[in-house]
Amino acid sequence: MATAVPIVDYLVLGDDPHLIARECTGCGARFFDRRNACASCFATTFADTPVATTGELKAFTIVAFAAPGVPVPFVAGVVDCDGTSVRGNVIGVDPDPDHVALGMKVKLTTYVVGTDDDGTEAIGFGFAPLEA
Amino acid sequence: MSDDIWILGINMTKFGKHPDLDTVDLAAQAAMAALADGGVTMADMGVLAAGNLIGGGGLGQQLQKQIGQTGIPVYNVSNACATGATALRTAIMAIKAGECDMGLAVGVEKLAGAGLLGAGGTAKSDKNVYEPSGRYGAVTNTDGRIGTNNMPGTFAQIGMEYGHKYGGTSFELFAKISEKNHSHSTLNPLAAYTKKMSLEQIMGDMMIAYPNTRPMCSANCDGGAAAVVISGAKLKTLSLEQQRRAVKVSASVLTSDPWSESCQVLPDVNTLTRMASTQAYEQAGVGPADLDLVELHDCFATAELVHYDNLQLCEQGGAVDFFNSGAPWRDGTMPVNVSGGLQSKGHPIAATGIANIWEVCHHLRGEAGDRQIQGARVGLAHVIGLGSACGVHILEKSAA
Ligand SMILES: [Zn+2]
Repeated sequence: MATAVPIVDYLVLGDDPHLIARECTGCGARFFDRRNACASCFATTFADTPVATTGELKAFTIVAFAAPGVPVPFVAGVVDCDGTSVRGNVIGVDPDPDHVALGMKVKLTTYVVGTDDDGTEAIGFGFAPLEA
Repeated sequence: MSDDIWILGINMTKFGKHPDLDTVDLAAQAAMAALADGGVTMADMGVLAAGNLIGGGGLGQQLQKQIGQTGIPVYNVSNACATGATALRTAIMAIKAGECDMGLAVGVEKLAGAGLLGAGGTAKSDKNVYEPSGRYGAVTNTDGRIGTNNMPGTFAQIGMEYGHKYGGTSFELFAKISEKNHSHSTLNPLAAYTKKMSLEQIMGDMMIAYPNTRPMCSANCDGGAAAVVISGAKLKTLSLEQQRRAVKVSASVLTSDPWSESCQVLPDVNTLTRMASTQAYEQAGVGPADLDLVELHDCFATAELVHYDNLQLCEQGGAVDFFNSGAPWRDGTMPVNVSGGLQSKGHPIAATGIANIWEVCHHLRGEAGDRQIQGARVGLAHVIGLGSACGVHILEKSAA
C-alpha cells in the first residue's frame, strides 16, 4: 500500500488535512518555516498551531509564463485564513479572470502531486472555492 | 562644516541592447561621463561605490582599472533592485561621515535577453525518493504548486491585494498605467523602448501573470548610470557654473522590511516604502505637494499603482482615483515616470537607482529637452528591491 508524505512539513495529512504554523510564544507571530528567532519580537520559542482551513482570497494572479517544469497556467494567491495569510494555489477552478475573484471564499484541499520510485505519494494542497 | 550633499555630475547610458559592451565598459562609459559632467576627475574622488547584481562581484576594482586606480576605498554593493540607490547612498554616507568630500557611485547591469526575473530555480524531478529538505521541509519543487516565485506573479498579487483592500482596480486600469509610461518614453531618446503603445495593444499582448501582460513588465536591458556626489562646503570652492548645475540631495533614505503579518507570505512592498517616503519628506522639509516630478519603481504596472499611495502622492486608499484623475501623466498635476519608467525606459537592475536620479536631475537642471517638466524645482526618486530594500531620494534645484 502506498504511503504518503506532505509536500511541505507544515501540511498535516490525515482525516482532516490542515496547515500548522510555528507560532511565536512571545508575540503570536506565525511562520510556516523553521525560525531561529521571531522576526517580530526576537523570542526563540515557538508552538505548532493549526491554521483555519477556510478563508478569503485576498490577492491572486494567473501565471501564464513560468520557469521550465512549472505547468501553466495556474492561479497563485494569498488566502486570509482567519487572520493568518497563507500562500497557495487556487485549484478546482478554470484559471481565468472570469472564474477567480478577489474576496472569494475558499477551503483547503489536498491532491496527489506525484509518486516517487518507492511508490510514496507526495500530497500537495491548494484552495478550492467553498461553494463549488 | 556643511552637511549639504549635492550631485555634481551624473549620467546614464542609453538603455537597451549593447552586445559590443561588457559590464565594465558600460560602467566606465557612465562613470567617465558623470565625471566630465561634473568637471572633475578620478583624482578628486575619495570613495567609489559600485553596484552590480548579477555580474559576479568585484565590479568596482575592475572599473578602476579602466578609468583610474588611485587607491581610494571601493565598496561593491549588491542590494536587489535597490542596488543603484544603495551605491549612491554609500558614497553620500562617506561624505557625511567626513571621510572625503567627493565620491563616485556607479550602477550597471547586462540583462538583455535575460528572460523572466525571479523565474530561476531548477525544476526538480518528481522521481527518485521524496525527502524533506530546506526550511519548509519540501519534498519536491514548490514553485507553481504553492503559489509563484516569479516576479510578474508576485507583483501582480501586490496590485490585486491593493484592489481587494480599496476597490476600483481592473485589468484595464493597470494596462492604462502602462499606456502612460509607454507614451512618456516616446520623448526619451535613452529609453530601451520609445514606441507608443495603445491600450488595446497592451491588453492584447502576451499575458505573463494576470493582470500583467508583457509590456506591463519591466523591460530587461543593458545599461549603466553614475553620479558624482560632493559636500556643500567643497562645492562652494568650485566654479559658479558647477554650482549652478549642481542638484541638492535634500533627502537620502534607505529602509528594509519591518515585520508585518503577511510579509513572509507575499512581500510587503508598502510598509517600507511608506516609511522611506515619510523619513525623506521629513529630512527634506518638503511634502508630496511640493514635488514637481516623481520617478518611482514601476517594475510592473501593478506596482506603480501601490506606490502612488506608499509615496503619499494621494490619500491612503486613493491611488485608483489619483490615476484616473490624470495626475501622473506628464501634463498632470504630479507627473510620474516621465522617463517611461521601468516598463518602457528599461530596468538594468543596478543602474535603475541612479538612472532615476539622473532623470530628475535632468529636469531640475532644465536640460530635459522635449520632455522637460517646465519649472521643475523638486523631485523624488524611488526604488525597491524585493527582500526588501527601499531607497528614496529627494532632489532640489540649486538656488545659485
Ligand atoms: Zn514573536
